[in-house]
Amino acid sequence: MSVTARTRRLTAALAVTTALVVGATACGGTTKDDANAADKSAAKSAAGKADPNAATKKGLTVAFLPKQVNNPYFTTSDNGGKKALQELGSTYKEVGTSSGTDTSGQVSYVNTLTQQQVDGIAVSAQDPGALCTALKQAMKNGVSVVTYDSDTKADCRNVFVSQASAEDLGRTQVQQIAKQIGNKGEIAILSAAQTATNQNTWIDYMKDELKKPEYKDIKLVTTAYGDDDAQKSFQQTQGLLQEHPKLKGIISPTTVGIKAAAQYLSGSKYKGKVKLTGLGTPNDMRAYVKNGTVDAFELWDPAKLGALAAHTAVALESGQISGKEGETYKAGDLGEFTIGKDGVVSLGKPTVFDKKNIDQYKF
Amino acid sequence: MPDSLKADSLKSAVRWDTAVGALLIVLLLCSFSFVDNFGNALNVSFLIGNTLPIALIALPMTMLVISGEVDLSVGSTAGLSGAVMGALWNNGMAIETIIPLCLLLGVVCGLVNGLLVTRLGLPSLAVTIGTMAAYRGIAQIVLGSDSVTDFPSQYLDFGAGRFGDTFVPYAALPFVILLAIAVVVLHATRVGRSLFAIGANEEAARFAGVRVKRLKLSMFVTTGLLSALTGVFWALHYASARYDNATGLELSVIAAVLLGGIDFDGGRGTLGGAIAGVFLLGSLQNVMSLLNVSAQSQIVVTGVLLVISVLAPRVGRQIARSRARRRTAAAPPPAPAAG
Repeated sequence: MSVTARTRRLTAALAVTTALVVGATACGGTTKDDANAADKSAAKSAAGKADPNAATKKGLTVAFLPKQVNNPYFTTSDNGGKKALQELGSTYKEVGTSSGTDTSGQVSYVNTLTQQQVDGIAVSAQDPGALCTALKQAMKNGVSVVTYDSDTKADCRNVFVSQASAEDLGRTQVQQIAKQIGNKGEIAILSAAQTATNQNTWIDYMKDELKKPEYKDIKLVTTAYGDDDAQKSFQQTQGLLQEHPKLKGIISPTTVGIKAAAQYLSGSKYKGKVKLTGLGTPNDMRAYVKNGTVDAFELWDPAKLGALAAHTAVALESGQISGKEGETYKAGDLGEFTIGKDGVVSLGKPTVFDKKNIDQYKF
Repeated sequence: MPDSLKADSLKSAVRWDTAVGALLIVLLLCSFSFVDNFGNALNVSFLIGNTLPIALIALPMTMLVISGEVDLSVGSTAGLSGAVMGALWNNGMAIETIIPLCLLLGVVCGLVNGLLVTRLGLPSLAVTIGTMAAYRGIAQIVLGSDSVTDFPSQYLDFGAGRFGDTFVPYAALPFVILLAIAVVVLHATRVGRSLFAIGANEEAARFAGVRVKRLKLSMFVTTGLLSALTGVFWALHYASARYDNATGLELSVIAAVLLGGIDFDGGRGTLGGAIAGVFLLGSLQNVMSLLNVSAQSQIVVTGVLLVISVLAPRVGRQIARSRARRRTAAAPPPAPAAG
């Protein structure tokens, strides 16, 4: 039948074409190395001039675009931004996706904000590269772009407001767990999404810290992913303890994960025997610290992080800074900050919370 | 199916298509006049760019659904194609080699689905739920938690850019060509007529000499190919190749296709309706975002629309049928129609 013959001919044609294309391009074409070389020459773009004494503008609109709306951590940090903006006489708004891994949704929100002609966007990026085109488009349309909590590539935003250096956070969490388990035994990591930029950076520093000779008796057995979902993190904790009966400690560098893990441990026979540390909020963890499930954990103050992001956006929009290394600006009662390498501003060292000090913090 | 009934259902399907098209035009007109910042070229180009992945896959999906099958693995195939693209790029292969390989991979994915459905006679819903999970899993094995973003800038510009200051994204051009091909194939060739025949009554189509299995297999392969193409476009448009790219895309596509009046039981629908459905959902989403409607409420609106779109043609058909029955009961019996 003619259909059969035609199908055969089509298949053959497809195969030949593919072979030809593959053959023709195998020795030429654009590879990763070519692209990197091209990018480097184009990367150095001149930023505008900054005047540190320029007046702080009022009546601006700054939009917060967290990784995920209705996530308690981001609610706290965005509320910090809201308070700071109100004090500065500007308007706050918050938009975002309900899933923490919906990158295309985040891109749409950046595009929408560009359309709505907001003055500044403070965004916590779900992915370092996915927002780039949209954010560059926003900056071209006069929007100041600040990343907070989780960064994009450096040329896709004006300033990154970092919660503490990634290196500090990664290393101190290992130091915490080592102290709690007496420098000996198996440990595991319970992270958020497998693609979360900040989580993976911290985990890399944790692994690097573990290479030091004083941790030679500590063995990192696995990294589990709870996707910042309470139920999934709970089940992952359960799974970790079943698969690794000799487990001595868990590091969970995510507020949702550490809470779920603590919830599981406190109701199980492992309570107090398997140590848990990581990044959590005092409100979430207070009960578990008091009932002996958790000795100590750490975090920065997310409200301050949001406030600093808001101050940074306003300073950019007022022309006090342009995002270059060495520029300084005032951020209300948070004090004075200096922009570091690659346009990164750091909030400071993480705070360790334990039985003694946890009641001083309410967030 | 008696001729009178067939004519009735055909009419109601056509009416639904037209209704969706009209609704799209009304929505666009209202948005242009009343929604701030909707009408400017940049926003319209965003709208089209964000809707293109759904529109691309809607082309073969429309044909599949018309022939009575469905493919739920399209989002995963797109994700897998993006993941392979990222992994090969990281290994230093040229992008001009990678893209044809990704498309070939899409063909293989479609072939697997098609063979399982046509050779083993399994229901496509079950098969593609399985491969949806499998392809996504392979994508995760291939690329892991990496996200590859450093594709050559001319390709990224093609994925996200537009012609000058107009509202037309570069990527719209190949889409229009593919759309034209799809319209001709479905509505003006024997292949298209055979697809409708299979969807309406597979047994009858087989007896009429339609090579049912072969045709279905080629539809699955086409769907895989276009899903892989969408995966490549997605990675370039959002400048990010990740294993979880295009998660949930299959649902958006099916929602849009159903909204466009394609009958889920097969045998009925038009490509015009499907594309109107795709852009109706896309525009609605864009407008709601500009109006600061929360993401949660947007999902509710989309869901309600979908239920209405599945219900409305059926209710319309029921009414038409009961009216016809009343008429035949009242009138003297007509001469038997030729069968």
